[in-house]
Amino acid sequence: VKDVLATLGERFSHAVIVYVGEDGYPVSVATEFEADAERGVVELRAVADELQPPLDDRISVVFSHIRPQPGVGYDERRYVSLWGKVTRGEDGYVLTPERELGWDEEDVPFFEYSERSLPQAKRYYERVSREQGREVKPQLSRGWLFLRATRLPFLSATIVPILLGTAVAGLDKGFNWWVFLLTLVGGCVVHLAINVFNDVYDFQSGADEANVTPTQFSGGSRVILYGLLSERTMAMLAWGFYALGLAIGIVLAATRGWDLLWLGVAGLLVGFFYTAPPLRLVHRGLGEVAVFAGFGPIMTLGAYFVQAREYAWAPFLISIPVGILIALVLYVNEVPDRPGDAAADKRTLPVRFSKRAIINGYIASVAAAFAVILVLPFLDVTPWPTLIALLAVPLALPVVRALRDAYDKPYVLMPAMGKNIQLHLVTGLLLIAGYVIAIVADAAFDDPPSFLS
Amino acid sequence: VGALPEPIEALLGAALAGELTVIDPAGRPVTHPMIPLYDGELIYLTSSVLFSKKLEHIKENPKVSLSISDPVAARVEPFNRATIQGDATVDDSDLHSGWERVLPLWRKKEPVIDAFLGKRVALPLFFERAVIEVRPRRAFLWEGGDTSRPPQVFELAKAVA
Repeated sequence: VKDVLATLGERFSHAVIVYVGEDGYPVSVATEFEADAERGVVELRAVADELQPPLDDRISVVFSHIRPQPGVGYDERRYVSLWGKVTRGEDGYVLTPERELGWDEEDVPFFEYSERSLPQAKRYYERVSREQGREVKPQLSRGWLFLRATRLPFLSATIVPILLGTAVAGLDKGFNWWVFLLTLVGGCVVHLAINVFNDVYDFQSGADEANVTPTQFSGGSRVILYGLLSERTMAMLAWGFYALGLAIGIVLAATRGWDLLWLGVAGLLVGFFYTAPPLRLVHRGLGEVAVFAGFGPIMTLGAYFVQAREYAWAPFLISIPVGILIALVLYVNEVPDRPGDAAADKRTLPVRFSKRAIINGYIASVAAAFAVILVLPFLDVTPWPTLIALLAVPLALPVVRALRDAYDKPYVLMPAMGKNIQLHLVTGLLLIAGYVIAIVADAAFDDPPSFLS
Repeated sequence: VGALPEPIEALLGAALAGELTVIDPAGRPVTHPMIPLYDGELIYLTSSVLFSKKLEHIKENPKVSLSISDPVAARVEPFNRATIQGDATVDDSDLHSGWERVLPLWRKKEPVIDAFLGKRVALPLFFERAVIEVRPRRAFLWEGGDTSRPPQVFELAKAVA
């Protein structure tokens, strides 16, 4: 309480004396105050006699502040509620607080405050269900629920390597539309299956519940935790996606070559055991390796194979930077999750290593990804126009800055997490654009200039 | 003409936050900063299920008070202070969308609410809400905001049994 009293005068302009009147209704009266942290008391200016609080009894004194921001809403939300004995003072009353509770959004961001209040929401749903004689659950429209449950926007992680593998094949061997579309759908549904399974297992392991600072990019979909969908529904959804992905994979293998099967099986296993027991790769600090393999070489090589009907080194090598950058998306997104992950024994890399090591690891990985992009044209592996992907390098800078400055502030880090996803997306799209330029140049010239091929 | 005196209606119309006090099962007052809305008859406050303890308290004891005390959160000229005592009921028959009936009042006071509501998917439980309806019973008004002086007292309705 003394700590609270020490800053009360700076944080609040007035106090509200609150007690229960003789007729059983609460009485609340604003007044001026002065807090004395040394004495552990709050001096309150006297209010009108007829509303004087019951002296020598316990009352509540509340301090509340909000700053309206026209057109935006408000900020600086905070309140403190003190409970204690009130006595007569020199110019009014003296409160000796025994207990305090409150909230200051500068200390606990609103999203975290909301997450910490989840048990109360669950209790209330149970109560309302009892009162109404039916199960009452939170709802979300089907479209939003699907988007949230599957974490649809993360599909860029699949779309980029599939487009890239297809583009590499387009330069080397040719292009088949229906094969491309089937590959894209197959890759996407397997990715959605992985996302949904990830939620099921993170719910079961307690990782979701232990994480009270989820962001737009981290902490999972939380649809099970919030009661929006049951664990069983999510598991069925995941199996449905897997079944569809498997069927598409079999069609592609049967029509384009059975050698695809090994890659497909590897992809499914890596995806499933990403969070599923007994391997739980992400719990062992191997999440980045799994994501690198799945959304780098496996997706890119698979997309290449179904077009070219053979494997080659070029799609494998160019998938390395894409794989590194998508692994870095997971890597950075794990930073705000680390207290919850640690509590659930999910020993991700940010749980295992220091802030400095994590930031150095990020810088080294980004450097490695772009070094590969830079070197490959000189080795005659990729066309020269792929060098335009180097234009994406500056997107990494705000991520590094944010990791340095906001490592322990999930909601301040959030824009940088978005920038990090952009780094993967923009780099991947520029690589694809580089291939498209080379393909167009190949088609337009009998002997295309060397800088275009 | 509403149920409340005009200066108090003006305060309710302007206040971005007021202090709602409910009574817990031990008989202690518990206060929550909330956005008050007013339609000329009843005062409405909406509460997310995330912060629903106050709803449980009201269901056990409907006697509440609402004070408008902060000149920053309620910008009216000249500034007054008011406390309204009343009887509250909780409407949680449709937590998902039932509260949207007070959205026009909310929007009028806080236009940005539509932007927040558009991002409902980001924090779905925050927009699962009950409506607290307060029927004013007695009101205190301090013109100029000086509570050391006796308030004007307005008896408005009979107390609940």
